[in-house]
Amino acid sequence: MTNGEFFIDYSRCIGCEACVQACGECDTHRGVSMIHLETIERRDSVQTAPQICMHCEDPICAQVCPADAIKKTPDGVVQSSLKPRCIGCSNCVMSCPFGVPKYQIDIDQMMKCDMCYDRTSVGKKPMCATVCPSGALTFTTMQDIQRTRQGVPVNEWRFGVEIVRTKVYVMVPKEVTRVDVDLVQIATTAAALPPDPYDVALMLES
Amino acid sequence: MAKLSADIPKLVEHFGPSLSRIPAGGWADTREDDKLVKTHCCFCGQQCGIQLRVRENKIIGFEPWEDFPFNRGKLCPKGVKRYMQDEHPDRLKSPLQRVQDKGFVPVGWDAALDRVVSEIRRIQETYGKDSFAILTGASLTNEKAYLMGKFARVALQTANIDYNGRLCMVSAGTASKKVFGIDRSGNPWSDIVAADVILVAGANIAECAPITTDYIWRARDRGAKLIVIDPRMTPIARNADLYIPVRPGGDIGVFNGMLHVMIKRGWIDQDYISKHTIGFEEVARTVEKYTPEYAARIAGVPASMIVRAAELFGPAKTSFVMHARGIEHHSKGVENCIAMMSLALATGRLGREGCGYAMITGQGNGQGGREQGQKCDQLPGNRKIDDPEARRYIAGVWDVPESSIPGKGLSAVPLMEAIHSGKIKGLISICFNPVVSLPDANFTREALGKLEFYTAIDFFLSETAQHADIVLAGSLMEEDEGTTTNVEGRVIRHRKVVSPPEGAWEDWKILLELARRLGKGNKFDYAGPREIFDELRVASKGSVSDYYGMTWDRIDENNGLFWPCPSLDHPGTPRLYEDGKFGHPDGKAHFIPVEWRPSVEMPDEEYPIILTTGRVVSHFLSGTQTRRIGALVDQTSEPFCEMHPQLATKLGIADCDFVKVESRRGHVVVHAKVVKTIRPDTVFVPYHWPHDRSANNMTIRALDPQSEIPEFKICAVRVMKAERPIDPIAKLEVQAGGIR
Ligand code: SF4
Ligand code: SF4
Ligand code: SF4
Repeated sequence: MTNGEFFIDYSRCIGCEACVQACGECDTHRGVSMIHLETIERRDSVQTAPQICMHCEDPICAQVCPADAIKKTPDGVVQSSLKPRCIGCSNCVMSCPFGVPKYQIDIDQMMKCDMCYDRTSVGKKPMCATVCPSGALTFTTMQDIQRTRQGVPVNEWRFGVEIVRTKVYVMVPKEVTRVDVDLVQIATTAAALPPDPYDVALMLES
Repeated sequence: MAKLSADIPKLVEHFGPSLSRIPAGGWADTREDDKLVKTHCCFCGQQCGIQLRVRENKIIGFEPWEDFPFNRGKLCPKGVKRYMQDEHPDRLKSPLQRVQDKGFVPVGWDAALDRVVSEIRRIQETYGKDSFAILTGASLTNEKAYLMGKFARVALQTANIDYNGRLCMVSAGTASKKVFGIDRSGNPWSDIVAADVILVAGANIAECAPITTDYIWRARDRGAKLIVIDPRMTPIARNADLYIPVRPGGDIGVFNGMLHVMIKRGWIDQDYISKHTIGFEEVARTVEKYTPEYAARIAGVPASMIVRAAELFGPAKTSFVMHARGIEHHSKGVENCIAMMSLALATGRLGREGCGYAMITGQGNGQGGREQGQKCDQLPGNRKIDDPEARRYIAGVWDVPESSIPGKGLSAVPLMEAIHSGKIKGLISICFNPVVSLPDANFTREALGKLEFYTAIDFFLSETAQHADIVLAGSLMEEDEGTTTNVEGRVIRHRKVVSPPEGAWEDWKILLELARRLGKGNKFDYAGPREIFDELRVASKGSVSDYYGMTWDRIDENNGLFWPCPSLDHPGTPRLYEDGKFGHPDGKAHFIPVEWRPSVEMPDEEYPIILTTGRVVSHFLSGTQTRRIGALVDQTSEPFCEMHPQLATKLGIADCDFVKVESRRGHVVVHAKVVKTIRPDTVFVPYHWPHDRSANNMTIRALDPQSEIPEFKICAVRVMKAERPIDPIAKLEVQAGGIR
């Protein structure tokens, strides 16, 4: 593996899907893309967000796998399920806090982003992070990212009370040291919502 | 030929568009002995470097080319999947001949070429030389663009040749020539990164020039401010420091208003203006009345936005100004560009690191395609066809009498009108799909039906080629070699990656053979594109766009060379206008005052909504290629009508409803896409699809008087809820114009 690290900067993403198209082109993927590109809420905004596997230090998907089919390589990459072991139970699919593993019905097996292990293990960059035209997905050294970007990379998450550390970093504003994810009440009344920052009609009224 | 040779569903059944989803030979592991060929993507003017993976003369995949400096391995989805156009089931593998009610049947090359030549002869003898026209494209290599121009003037001796760059770069080019004296982006893209403020107008960079995003974000990492002017909040506008949702056609309001404020507050460079420009006083007088309030009424945005734009842009130390079709596709497209150029000029921020100006080319060879003499008013080297000295020089290069070179011909839209009115009787087209890409598509269809003879050179049967009498099976970009000139003015090499399938020919071979049969073989005696390029070098020698010092080998060694490059030891010219030297004979830049005027068709009671058109990231132009690639069709499979929830509510339309969008000229039925990211007075429909899904059914045949670009970006429509269409076209696959 090269000394590169994987950095995600959601704010840069332009929703082009080059990552989605390129992921499927890897030798091991054969046309099936392992990356998810989330369109947050197209009605309200053009914001999109790519989601690769975060490659947790202590992967929950592997812990909950009854068949012990999910392995982590010595260099920290959490692999897709091993075909002879995977029983297709989808425990991993349910447990991943990032929503990454997907049960592939046609092959009866869980597949997920393996950080392009066929490429990274021979010194190449992952496919998506090579082609991404916006730098939302970047594979480079820690020094390079610190030198060139305004945000800072973090790889610690808090989901409720649970702390998760990941191999993959996300870029956040300078003062942030950890991404805290809490449950939010989505049934808020319209009046309680902040004004919509991306509504062109509101901009024209101002 | 009066009507299509068979109905559309039948033609689609035989010739597609159908979808290619897996590489030739199926998904296979890469092998050590696979050949990786360094070449370029052909699906936009950025011309990203890419390596195509070849096994047994078949392209089976790609590998990023990280050492190519422009895109450093980055690609958009079109680049990733472009290799899927190879080994495609729809690929034309022999000439075709039209048979009424049956469609097309294969025919041998001899018979096909003889027929074309005898029709050219018959039509030109009966109706005159100019009655046979040529339509070409800006995605052709420089070599082919050059060859097409020469073929028209020397082999056919027709004045009537024009190209689909007429729908693309002509407003920007005309404005740039008038103001700066040169038609090219002024800077290499690396200068974007060094700018402190970036002003983008009418350019959906994220979708139409995706790689440029990286340059802008890198500038923002340095702290640069971004201003985006667009009726739609495009993906890069989301991150802008200031986003101005201008009313379509209101751009001059923003530009003149900004200049007004900048002059008032002293944010202009008087010293630069007096040393390197002329005409500023008149521009200053013109913008005097463009107070923020007055300007805001034209632009259809709050005055505070215009003031804020001036505050961000005016005092900056370095800046980069860039625009694309959004301000150019107007009956005042040239003036829109001129008004924007004045902002760069008045601040003197040109021709230095981090200070520049660029027009973003759209088509594969948007830059080079307009320099080599395939425009109706142009000879190679960007030379004017009515300039006696240029004519003499080119006549010498071509070894023909100067008087035999025709004069200025008709540009694309008037040319189609002359076909409609019966003045033009015969047509050859290559790399152009006017049925989908010209405005007022119903008119275009009618016109094609009036031709006595039409031959199309193409690799797939495009919607326009469906109207042909003879189709000549040509070559894909990767089946031939040559050069293109990218968005920066960098001339780069496309390599021959595989040979055309048996039965199809390289385009240049088709042209050479036609010329030979027309008795002009001695003027078209080339062993291949390299020899054509060597003649092009001589033809461009001494011109503004001088390629003389470039050879294919030099281009290879340098990862591309920028024109002008006048001698073999010249390093090329990445940055123009250094030290305030411009392209006009007086060496200065010329300020030109422009006043706002309304667009040709403004909304009214009957048609109260503005329609604007454009592109999506997964498709290229008229879709002849990208509508055949499964993954790209899956990404965006149908056109849609983007509208604001306020408008949708008023019209009783919900997201995903079928809607009819209708102008005085035609209509489409598509799905509604209700989004807050567009002005409530405007709807947007992307134009890559044919037939009843073609946005150009609605657009207007109104032209800019100077550039003759059509006004694609504004016409008046009404929008209403519709039933699910169930006619035979609607039932076609989506890539063929169907709807689900
Ligand atoms: S390639 Fe990059 S910019 Fe495009 S959708 Fe993926 S993450 Fe976003
Ligand atoms: S790292 Fe590789 S496997 Fe993972 S999402 Fe990116 S391209 Fe796909
Ligand atoms: S379409 Fe343009 S941006 Fe996309 S890969 Fe091709 S050249 Fe690059």
